[in-house]
Amino acid sequence: MEKSIRKWFALFALPGMICFSVAFLIPFVWAFILSFCSFTTITNASFVGIENYIRAFTVDNYFTQAFWFTLAFTIVSVVLINIIAFTFALLLTKDVPGTNAFRTIIFMPNLIGGIVLGWIWNVIINGVLAQFGLNIMSDSKFGFWGLVVLMLWQNAGYMMVIYIAAIQNIPQDELEAASIDGASWWTTLTRIIIPSVMPSITICLFLTLTNGFKLYDQNLALTAGQPNHGTEMLAMNIFNTFYSRVGFEGVGQAKAVIFTIIVAAIALLQLFFTRKKEEAL
Amino acid sequence: MKKTMSIIIAALLVLSMPAFAGGAGEAASGEVYFLNFKPEIAEVYTNEVAPAFEEATGIPLKVVTAASNQYEATLRSEISKSEPPTIFQINGPVGLQNWKDYAAPLDDTAFYGMLSDPSMALSDGGQVLAVPYTVEGYGIIYNDAIMRAYFALPDKAVSISSAEEITDFATLKAVVEDMTAHKDELGIQGVFASTSMAPGSDWRWQTHLFNVPLWAEFRDKAGGDSSQALATAFAAKTFDFTYNENFRNLWDLYLNNSVSPKGLVGGKNDADSMAEFALGQCAMVQNGNWGASQILGVPGNTVADSDIKFLPLYMGLDGEEGLGICVGTENYLCINKQASPEAQANALVFLEWLFSSDEGKDLVTNSLGFITPFNTFAEDEQPTDPLARQVTKWMAKGDVKSIPWTFAGIPSEQWKADFGAALLEYINGRMSWEDTAQVAVDAWAREAELAGR
Repeated sequence: MEKSIRKWFALFALPGMICFSVAFLIPFVWAFILSFCSFTTITNASFVGIENYIRAFTVDNYFTQAFWFTLAFTIVSVVLINIIAFTFALLLTKDVPGTNAFRTIIFMPNLIGGIVLGWIWNVIINGVLAQFGLNIMSDSKFGFWGLVVLMLWQNAGYMMVIYIAAIQNIPQDELEAASIDGASWWTTLTRIIIPSVMPSITICLFLTLTNGFKLYDQNLALTAGQPNHGTEMLAMNIFNTFYSRVGFEGVGQAKAVIFTIIVAAIALLQLFFTRKKEEAL
Repeated sequence: MKKTMSIIIAALLVLSMPAFAGGAGEAASGEVYFLNFKPEIAEVYTNEVAPAFEEATGIPLKVVTAASNQYEATLRSEISKSEPPTIFQINGPVGLQNWKDYAAPLDDTAFYGMLSDPSMALSDGGQVLAVPYTVEGYGIIYNDAIMRAYFALPDKAVSISSAEEITDFATLKAVVEDMTAHKDELGIQGVFASTSMAPGSDWRWQTHLFNVPLWAEFRDKAGGDSSQALATAFAAKTFDFTYNENFRNLWDLYLNNSVSPKGLVGGKNDADSMAEFALGQCAMVQNGNWGASQILGVPGNTVADSDIKFLPLYMGLDGEEGLGICVGTENYLCINKQASPEAQANALVFLEWLFSSDEGKDLVTNSLGFITPFNTFAEDEQPTDPLARQVTKWMAKGDVKSIPWTFAGIPSEQWKADFGAALLEYINGRMSWEDTAQVAVDAWAREAELAGR
């Protein structure tokens, strides 16, 4: 058995490897090569060394500005989404009527696409701000909190479903034993529930963290980075550099490589620490 | 086994490269793919022009529209596809620098031969690469019915009695501010339509309104020669914004006498502004003759054709009584030389058909509404919409000179984006006027250097 697996491994892995190469590996290697080139379309590239990486930071400071904005947004949204999703999950695993209906309702926004959501919230927020003679373009803080609310609305339901599945899998006898021993609600939560759902927390943190960093369509539809790049996130900055500035295609590519490295590093670090936490428990 | 895997991956990598490199230029069909720049008439192309052309010649025509500051981005992604656009548009000498590697020479074509003034075409390296297809004009469009209602008021604060007597900024300001004071009697919500600042809608300000101080500065730098302003701007390493206070004069007038309060303009797009004008909610809107379809075609339009007129962009320049509306073009067509030869040949057939056959000319004049620079069009074959007629009328006035479009000399699209963003910050009260003007100056120096001036 073992032997035949070894023998046929390459053949059976081939379709997967082809897909992986065509859709990921080859574009990635190309992107990396292009980040050292000057080009208009990818068929006429010429090598320029690390100039693109220098220009990414020296021509304007929008990239660093976008980085800090994205970081702030990601921290706030990761914390809020997970707390709210977890609270919903706790409430909706209680034995009360109507939980299924509420689960469905809370999950629904996740089925709407990012651009549509962006427009919906753009209209809502502008409608509210109009009462004060303002709109979402008046100040970048409106765009920031608008994005946070939008992401909460879209993602809390999804993360809630993951948490619900985990909470329902907690062995009932552990909870019973705890209540017989007279453990308080808080002790039950911190000593039994949270440790048992730790793998789900890892997944949810990973998903919200990478979603936050990679956010593009909601950003585009809500504010398009206005006013004055004040709400421009990394992905949008890269897109704008690549497509809206002539001669900056290579710079956009260099930014994309930096972006990939940052996101991968942060995601791996987070996985490493939460996994360690899982094992410690 | 690991070795086998790595060989497979390496082989895949190598195999894929020619696939990437060989994609372009192999379009099998002779289909003409036209990447259109004008959203106002996108439907005319797909519903009228394409079927008529296919019927006349049997050549398929595909028209895709990209605008709202997205033309360059769309062109860039489309042109690297295996069936790239055959006909694309550039906005002037700056655009030509970016796309000259893709533009086929047009010297010997009948299309270039139709130009009344061959010097209007753009050349590079001794070859004609881009041909203009429409001349346009813009200024402040006003609704004369509302103006007449104002001038008939017994307690008006100005001594003049018709909009045509407005010939300088001081008069314009007096009229506009007095109209704002009387806006309830006039039944309007503001004198000017909303100053649209939504993403992609700020071109009326950072490009069009800005053209006047830009032209004035480079006219001065060219020794007072108006016809050399564009060439001087196009070569300029620096820009001083000498006339920034003049820009601000009109800009503040727009903002302070608008349908929308300042806080709301960031959410308005240019279509909103045009709709406000068409519905009679305001008396004036800054735009050009391409906007005719956005007034006449709007359901509920209350503006009579004969009441739609132009005023020049008065902003307090010396001798502005002698200045007219801004007239020029930023619409040049190029043929993509990397498209298949058959598609390129068909593209020329299309352009000749559109601008010289009776059927094509009828579409150009009556549906597309272009004032063309071609000698194939007779006097009576110019468009009949009220704004196009106004443009020709202003161009024909002997006592005023049109302001040529100088904004084609702006070093990059990024400059426009930066200045537009600064204008929004000024509206939001987060930037002083001095800082806003400084952004225009600094961004010019930076972008001109990047453009290799």
